[in-house]
Amino acid sequence: MTPFGILTASACALPLASIDTDQLIPARFMKRSRADGYGQYLLHDMRFDETGQKRPDFPLNAASAADAEVLVARRNFGAGSSREAAVYALVDFGFRCVIAPSFGDIFASNAVNNGLLPAKVSEADAEEILALLQSSATTITVDLHDGLIRLGNRTFTFSIDPIWRTKLLNGWDDLDLTASLTGDIARFEQQDAGARPWIQLQDGSD
Amino acid sequence: MTGTGQPRTLFDKVWDAHVVTRREDGAELLFIDRHLVHEGSFHAFNKLKEKRAKVRRPDLTIGVADHYVPTRTRILSEIAPEVAGMIRQLDDNCRANGIRIFGFDDPRQGIVHVVGPEQGLTLPGLTMVCGDSHTSTHGAFGALAFGIGASEVAHVLLTQSLWQKKPKRMRITVDGDTAPGITAKDIALSIIAAIGADGAQGHAIEYAGRAIRALSMEGRLTLCNLSIESGARCGMIAPDETTFAYVTGRPFAPGGDVLDRAIAAWRELASDADAAFDRAILIDGRDIAPTVTWGISPEDALPITASVPDPAATDDASRASHIREAIDYMGLRPGQALETIQIDRVFIGSCTNSRIEDLRAAASVLAGRKARVPGLVSPGSHLVKQQAEQEGLDRIFIDAGLDWVGAGCSMCVGMNGDLVPAGERCASTTNRNFKGRQGPGARTHLMSPAMAAAAAVTGRLTDVRPLLRSDA
Repeated sequence: MTPFGILTASACALPLASIDTDQLIPARFMKRSRADGYGQYLLHDMRFDETGQKRPDFPLNAASAADAEVLVARRNFGAGSSREAAVYALVDFGFRCVIAPSFGDIFASNAVNNGLLPAKVSEADAEEILALLQSSATTITVDLHDGLIRLGNRTFTFSIDPIWRTKLLNGWDDLDLTASLTGDIARFEQQDAGARPWIQLQDGSD
Repeated sequence: MTGTGQPRTLFDKVWDAHVVTRREDGAELLFIDRHLVHEGSFHAFNKLKEKRAKVRRPDLTIGVADHYVPTRTRILSEIAPEVAGMIRQLDDNCRANGIRIFGFDDPRQGIVHVVGPEQGLTLPGLTMVCGDSHTSTHGAFGALAFGIGASEVAHVLLTQSLWQKKPKRMRITVDGDTAPGITAKDIALSIIAAIGADGAQGHAIEYAGRAIRALSMEGRLTLCNLSIESGARCGMIAPDETTFAYVTGRPFAPGGDVLDRAIAAWRELASDADAAFDRAILIDGRDIAPTVTWGISPEDALPITASVPDPAATDDASRASHIREAIDYMGLRPGQALETIQIDRVFIGSCTNSRIEDLRAAASVLAGRKARVPGLVSPGSHLVKQQAEQEGLDRIFIDAGLDWVGAGCSMCVGMNGDLVPAGERCASTTNRNFKGRQGPGARTHLMSPAMAAAAAVTGRLTDVRPLLRSDA
């Protein structure tokens, strides 16, 4: 995974609360292979009308959003379904960071596993960033080393779990680390089998 | 080992018993006792193929076909090829890896969170994961159960373990007996309305109190299922006699001496009397009324006797904006009495409310009555369906004019084609009233099975209480 350090990029303001993963990627697109790319389905039913035409007033359809790498939204971003395809859609569209006052836990975990930074800010800061993006500024800097967001002449702090921060900074994949621990897992299994024999499934043929 | 004499919560006891190792940064590698996979798990199986890797513990991995299964036919060739392909793909992935599967043609097939408990795969004190956010359901047994994404599913397939940071603990106590006609769904929606859809983010919930102890396993499953709708990582209830009685005799559950040993261990799981919680919330069960949602988030829930909120009446700009967005999408007016909202159809089903007790509650309202709107009743598993038919519940639904269909996720998520048409309003026993959840443009009102049945009878959102028979 590509490590995340300092990102300076154009940002898109999406001033909505509770953008759930059903919005981020509607269920009917989830049969597709990741190899085909999920970016075109990101927020599909908000971006396109019933006839498939782009809704001109939707922020992601603005010309300036085409190369945006940072998305800014209101609270409870990514709530709901555990579908990692929601993160695939954001990443494949080109996003590397989402700024919001709160995130669905499973979404945030999926984001980190795909190198997408969920940067948590206060509600007041989110409102100010949204307002700045809608009035003047479009370029934003997100510094994961220092936990800072810079926009115009304003600086905001964001928080992220330290475990996730380290993982993103290093571009780590959990599997690489766990691969070195198979002996520990085997030892656990061995001890546990005696202590909790009931975890073995019984026959089940009734 | 942790827990050197410190009082611990139920959550801590189950967590601590599964720690394989701890990383310097505090992340802990948890052993996973049960891994449930479904059609949507294909991304993870593809990762496995890329790595040419094997499933570490196929014996602890269980496949269940539910998200895409058709509910109106048992013949796969009759449905859209790309949907049938999803079901076959799960079959293929499970067979290739030696994973036990409750596939589409299995008489025990159903929704993964219904099949798990029903088959005795779900037990107290286990760690359970599944690539589905409603995995929190299994916490009803005092299991530590939570939903994960595809990368994590791949990690569990390969290593039977998962890196996690310990969440905070929240206790939600519901004391005071609930009134007749109040269900676990009403309790859950009231909690979510009180704390918000992100109110429990970063927390493991333990539900406690008289009203919780009084719930059947079915009710506890409904309550824990909806934990994720308050943003919680998981929801748990300490196992008790109700739990042990439910587990005993289930096909995959332990029996004999092993069961005796297990029950003795499970009795020790309850939170210690002076265990500390990061947050504690107290709710009076006597205050809970039949509850419905009016908006586009499960937190948009109110007693059926209330009215649609007015965005002009709140000083909170963000909240006002949410209310405007919600009532615009839902086609409602501020101040409109909830009981005047006309519906177009009902759906009774989903991992939230499709168990036998749910079907009985809906049937007791519909018995001898006619539905004014069309509707779908989808039992949670084919064994639930069979039992309902033995009890004659299917006749009640069919005589009322509703469709009695097969088991699966169905109209909760619409992946199998069971959709609410655009602009239509559905009284639904499901878990999410998100925009477009039941189909593009669909409008969802969440409620209990009895409330959905009442809405079917009158054609509008309705207080079920006057419809409840005293002789039922």
